[in-house]
Amino acid sequence: MPAGTLYRGREGMWSWVAHRVTGVLIFFFLFVHVLDTALVRVSPEDYDKVVATYKTPIVAVLEYGLVAAILFHALNGLRVIAVDFWAKGARYQKQMLWTVVGVWIVLMLGAIYPVLGHAARVVFGS
Amino acid sequence: MSTTETTASGVGPVEGGSYNVDNPAPYIEAPRQRTKKTPKSTRGNFEMAAWLFMRLSGVVLVVLVIGHLLIQLVLDGGVSKIGFAFVAGRWASPWWQVWDLLMLWLAMLHGCNGLRTVINDYAERANTRLWLKGLLYTATVWTILLGTLVIFTFDPNIR
Ligand code: HEM
Ligand code: HEM
Repeated sequence: MPAGTLYRGREGMWSWVAHRVTGVLIFFFLFVHVLDTALVRVSPEDYDKVVATYKTPIVAVLEYGLVAAILFHALNGLRVIAVDFWAKGARYQKQMLWTVVGVWIVLMLGAIYPVLGHAARVVFGS
Repeated sequence: MSTTETTASGVGPVEGGSYNVDNPAPYIEAPRQRTKKTPKSTRGNFEMAAWLFMRLSGVVLVVLVIGHLLIQLVLDGGVSKIGFAFVAGRWASPWWQVWDLLMLWLAMLHGCNGLRTVINDYAERANTRLWLKGLLYTATVWTILLGTLVIFTFDPNIR
C-alpha cells in the first residue's frame, strides 16, 4: 500500500486538478497571444513572420494541446456551474463528469483533421 | 435503534435541577447565529462577487473562445490563412472588434481572478502572496491595456 501522504481523491478531485492546470495554462498562453497580436501595430512583416511559426508542425501539436485544454476547461466549467446552480447538480455530478469526458473525446477526434491536417501534409508530403 | 430498550437514558443528571414551564432552561444561542454583538464584516461581499463573476464570465467565454478557435483554427483553411491581411479584414468589422474586446477583458479578468485563488492556495507566506499578486495584477492590467489599444488603434494601411 502507498505510504505517501498524497491525498488520492476520486474523480471529483482529479477533475478539479485538471480544471486548475488547464485554466493556468490558458491564462499564460493568453499573455503571449496578446503580445504576438500586438505586432500588427509594429509592421505587417513582423506580424506575418511570427504567425509563420504558428503554422509549423511542432506548434500545430501545441495548438492541438491548447484546444484540448480549452475544451476540457470549458465543458468542465459548465459542469461546475451546473453543480452550483442546478438543484440536482450535485446528485448528478459524476454522470456529468463522464458526459464531459465523452463530449471532449468526440470533439478532440473531430479537431484532429482541421488542426493537424496541414502539419501532416508538411511532414509526410501531400 | 431498538424501541424496547429499557436501560437508563444517556443524559446524566441535569445541572440546576429539572426544568419545567415555571423553571425554563437558559436559552442558548444557535452556533454562528448572527446577533447584534456579531462584529460587522469589513470585507463586504467581494469574494461572493468574484465567485459569481467566474460563473457568469465562464458562460459567455464558452461562446467567445470556442467561436474564436473555430474561426482561427478550423474554418477557411485553419491557421494557414492567418496573416496581417486576414486580421485587417476581420477588424474592419465592428462586430469582430467588439467580440475580441469582450473576449480580451473577460478572459483576462477571469484568468486573473482564477490565478488569485491559486496563489492564495499555494503561497503560504503573506509576503510571497503579496508579491505574486502584485506581479499578477500588474501583468493583467498592462495586457488588458495593450490589447485594448491594439484593437482601437489598428491601422490597415500602416505600411
Ligand atoms: C492557437 C489558437 C489561436 C489562434 C490561431 C488565434 C488567432 C488570433 C488572431 C489571428 C487574432 C487577431 C484578431 C482576430 O482575427 O480576431 C487573435 C486575437 C485575439 N485572440 Fe486569439 N487565437 C487563438 C487562441 C486564442 C485563445 C485560446 C484565446 C482566449 C483565451 C484568444 C484570445 C484572443 C484575444 C483576446 C484576441 C484580441 C487580442 C488583442 O486585443 O490584441 N485566442 N487571435
Ligand atoms: C471557455 C469557457 C470557460 C468556462 C466555462 C470557465 C469556467 C470556470 C469556472 C466555473 C471556474 C471556477 C471554478 C471553481 O470555482 O471551482 C473557473 C476557474 C478558472 N478559470 Fe475558467 N472558464 C472558462 C475559460 C477560461 C479561460 C479562457 C481562462 C484563462 C484565461 C480560464 C482560467 C481559469 C482559472 C485560472 C481558474 C481558477 C482555477 C482554480 O481555482 O482551480 N478559464 N473557470
